Amino acid sequence: MLREQTLMSRAGNCIRAGMAIAAVVFLLALPSGPTHAQEGGAEVKGSLTYKDASGEKIAVEGVVFTANDESGSQAGTATSGTDGSWLIQLPPGTYSVELDVSTLPDGVVLKNPDKNPAEVRLVEGNSKSSLFPLVMGSAAPAASEDSGATASESSGDVVETTATVNESSTSGNIRVIQLLVDGLKLGLIIAMCAIGLSLIYGTTGLTNFAHGEAVTFGAVLGYLLNVTGVFGFRIPLIFATVVIVVVCGAFGGAFNKVVWARMRRRGSSLVAALVVSIGFSILFRYVILYFFGGRAKRFRDYQIQEQWDLGWFRLAPKDLALMVVSLVVLIGVASGLQFTRMGKAMRAVSDNRDLAESSGIDVERVIALVWIFGSALAGLGGVLFGVTEAISWEMGFRVLLLMFAGVTLGGLGTAYGALFGSIIVGVFIQLSTLVIPPDMKNVGALLMLVVILLVRPQGLLGRSERIG
Amino acid sequence: MTTDLSSVLDSVPREPGSAKPDPILKVSNVRRSFGGLVAVDVDHLEVQRGVITALIGPNGAGKTTFFNLLTNFDNPDTGSRTFEGRDLQGIPAHKVANLGMVRTFQLTKSLSRMTVIDNMRLGATRQIGESLSKALLPFTWKRQEAEVTARADELLERFKLSHMREEYAGTLSGGQRKLLEMARALMVQPTMVMLDEPMAGVNPALKQSLLDHVKGLRDQGMTVLFVEHDMDMVQEISDWVVVMAEGRIIAEGPPSSIANNQAVVDAYLGSHHDSALNLEGSE
Amino acid sequence: MDLVAILENTARGLFGEQFIYFALAAIGLNMHYGYTGLLNFGQAVFMAAGAYGLSMAVVTLGLNFWIGLVLGIVVFPLILALIMGVPTLRLRADYLAIVTIASSEMFRIIARSPSLDRWTGSSDGLTAFANDFYDMSPFQAGERYFFGLFIGNQMWVVLVGWILLAIVVTLVWAMMRSPWGRVLRAIREDEDAARSLGKNAYWFKMQALMLGGMFGALGGMLRAIGTQSSQPQNFITDVTFFAWVALILGGVAKIGGPVLGAAILYGVLSFTDIVLRQMVESGIIPNSIMDGTQVGQVRFMLIGIGLVSLAILRPQGVLGTKEEMALDDH
Ligand SMILES: Nc1ncnc2c1ncn2[C@@H]1O[C@H](COP(=O)(O)OP(=O)(O)O)[C@@H](O)[C@H]1O
Ligand SMILES: [Mg+2]
Repeated sequence: MLREQTLMSRAGNCIRAGMAIAAVVFLLALPSGPTHAQEGGAEVKGSLTYKDASGEKIAVEGVVFTANDESGSQAGTATSGTDGSWLIQLPPGTYSVELDVSTLPDGVVLKNPDKNPAEVRLVEGNSKSSLFPLVMGSAAPAASEDSGATASESSGDVVETTATVNESSTSGNIRVIQLLVDGLKLGLIIAMCAIGLSLIYGTTGLTNFAHGEAVTFGAVLGYLLNVTGVFGFRIPLIFATVVIVVVCGAFGGAFNKVVWARMRRRGSSLVAALVVSIGFSILFRYVILYFFGGRAKRFRDYQIQEQWDLGWFRLAPKDLALMVVSLVVLIGVASGLQFTRMGKAMRAVSDNRDLAESSGIDVERVIALVWIFGSALAGLGGVLFGVTEAISWEMGFRVLLLMFAGVTLGGLGTAYGALFGSIIVGVFIQLSTLVIPPDMKNVGALLMLVVILLVRPQGLLGRSERIG
Repeated sequence: MTTDLSSVLDSVPREPGSAKPDPILKVSNVRRSFGGLVAVDVDHLEVQRGVITALIGPNGAGKTTFFNLLTNFDNPDTGSRTFEGRDLQGIPAHKVANLGMVRTFQLTKSLSRMTVIDNMRLGATRQIGESLSKALLPFTWKRQEAEVTARADELLERFKLSHMREEYAGTLSGGQRKLLEMARALMVQPTMVMLDEPMAGVNPALKQSLLDHVKGLRDQGMTVLFVEHDMDMVQEISDWVVVMAEGRIIAEGPPSSIANNQAVVDAYLGSHHDSALNLEGSE
Repeated sequence: MDLVAILENTARGLFGEQFIYFALAAIGLNMHYGYTGLLNFGQAVFMAAGAYGLSMAVVTLGLNFWIGLVLGIVVFPLILALIMGVPTLRLRADYLAIVTIASSEMFRIIARSPSLDRWTGSSDGLTAFANDFYDMSPFQAGERYFFGLFIGNQMWVVLVGWILLAIVVTLVWAMMRSPWGRVLRAIREDEDAARSLGKNAYWFKMQALMLGGMFGALGGMLRAIGTQSSQPQNFITDVTFFAWVALILGGVAKIGGPVLGAAILYGVLSFTDIVLRQMVESGIIPNSIMDGTQVGQVRFMLIGIGLVSLAILRPQGVLGTKEEMALDDH
């Protein structure tokens, strides 16, 4: 993303841009592969491994590292190879090297998340190793009370990144079941986010590309309340979540009122509406990037948790809580749709807007509520995502594509379809890591989307369109 | 002429699914359901060549769905249909049109941001310039284009749309759009024309001219199947009437026999549709 | 503030390299959306197909530069169009939108994946594949040309780009006034109507997707040649929307729309970019409000604001007319 901009302003005349370009061009001119530090250059490198439950050293592949120079512009990136090694060649200077935690495989986290990004100073001909010890678990322990191993934090010129293991037990975890549980967790969160997307589509016909930003907004707001704090007071995540749900809902309602209700009144075409939603998606995303920054961050709460070993699989208490919360919310939403008057009205409008209108339902009011509920749920989904993974400015957009996959699978516009489809997508993503590299797991889900369209375009629960 | 043609049908039994002397279109056991709702369930239907057949029935009877199935815009769950002896199963909709069966839509589909004349030109089939490789070589298609344009102008004249030739189709009135859609369908040079509610929303003055056009199609030897609510219209121009209700064909016969048919009256009265009044009024 | 630099930068935006890349991509989108009604939100992947087609041919496979051109302009985009089009072109427009945007994400993941490093060079991409192109340059590498705006190699890229733009615009103009173009416009207006008149809408849409994709690939390939690198970061999802803004700004379904739109867009972006940068550097905007990285982010915000306000306030763009727009009844 950052390099994108450097290249796009290549014609720019200002000195800093010129220097950034020089750095990029320099990087590009270098031969690829692990070479020694060049004349006039330097490098930062490492080897990313961790020890699994049996104590075996495992290389972590596909993790992305970024080096930013002092001005904050990206000077280089690297991705760890099959042996876990990575290397960024840079001109001498001070850099902040960051490991992109969202590219870590599931179940592996940084031992010292607060030491990411790491500061490195490179002098000419220098080859520095950057330490990013990894541990198993769904969150990094602040202190490794129960872990025997420690990171060898030598400050030599070439040091291997070492890993520690936080679990000592080696029980009969079955990979498939572990993945199934992880997938269920992921699917439940996608579902929570996707309900709004699906209901908005059902009631208004709009494919809302800005829905992902509601997810990001929820997570970033959580960070603001929980980590940054308001008036110096950091709000525990549980209470913050209540605020987030309310704010996101209100935001969704206002968004509908200011933009979408107006567009509907003016009779704008659906394509125009879709383009507008994309415009807002980009705008929101980059406004968030502007203020939140490009680095992935984490909440303060629920970071330190030991996983329970439940025989066939492991689960951190927070993950269990998270699954329970999403299940309860989703069951609540489903029964609300099924039994309450408003829920019935929502389904009626989704089913046939004109018919609903003629039978006395206030369609605009229903749509307003759909926006409020949908955005509130997306915000909640964002917090839950932030708890399991990390908070980043792009998280919502990535989730949006998974939502599309889920919603399409279930049948566009049907609320239950969205639920059902999202859960399948979540499980599918995790299970697919049995056969494809984890860093490409989302490709599997997106490919599934394509296949569904080929085989059953109306989705599993959807129905075909009307002609004539 | 009319008497000649209807006399062909005189000997045909007045019951659903009766065989015709020279059927152009045959349908057997066609079923289509949407979820639990069976929209179309037709055991057997034959449409006589060269006559005007009206398809009537209360709203929601399944007429449009049936049209979609006949023209392959939709696929039946089961059943078969043949056009000119040719099985239509699995043939894409555009090929059906090229076989000579062309349809119009209940909600008019004029191509708004194209001129009237371009709407017309589009209707011509087998255009050389429609292949990408030839498109860039105007000399390969210029002559055909001139022929197509001449034919289009002729039809526009006949349908009294010549003065709108260069206007965007979107600027036409509802009735004019219906006329344009019908004229455009004729550019295909079809043997069978299927019209889904051609008179709906057309003002009475234009209605008469539309009616004359439909009759004109028959006089040129085309077969017409059309959906209509207004019994007066049906009485005036159709040679044969097929009645649908709740997806099934409940009656068939010449127009005079239909108005007195008890099943038809029940179907219309049973529905909450104002065409029931039309039916009574026409008796 | 350096006024000369501001003027030069704006001029380069108006008709320099970025303008050319995105004008080509927007012409492709015009073919897709403007004339056929296809919602392609993955034009960046077509651009990437052009870039990677050439660079993988030359660097990964060690093939000839000219074979690389064919791979990048024809083979890769055609395959991509099939992948995107076959599942979606029978369905409602939104499905293509979803699949194309998903393709962008798939491209990002695959192109950055270290497991395919051997083929794609992962995040670093592939470099130094366009030497044959620059060897043909009639310009001196060290010299400045065209009022001193472009250095030699840049001038060569820009000149070839202008010529290609002229050719592509003429091609599209000729195609759109043929019966073939008429069928595309009919499909845009109402696909079912076109089918009822015997037109194989699916196949025509596929042709449009392929052709527009090839124009996008041409733009992407030029971009790769201009920077001598194919990198995933240059073809991320949001790049598609630069082309969309250019298209809507200039005027959808107008021959000159995408070209004019790309010129205005890059004129404005280059202008704001350099003005902001100079203001940040000279301290007029304090670093606490905006730093160098954030200037780049402003450009994306402008794209977002541009899409929203154009679609709401002036959907017909610069060249279109309100009356024609009002006829759009879907
Ligand atoms: N795509 C569809 N999905 C669900 N129901 C449909 C669809 N198309 C038609 N129907 C239903 O099938 C029945 C027949 O509709 P239609 O063929 O339009 O009737 P008619 O044209 O006779 O008024 C109606 O009950 C209608 O609601
Ligand atoms: Mg109907």
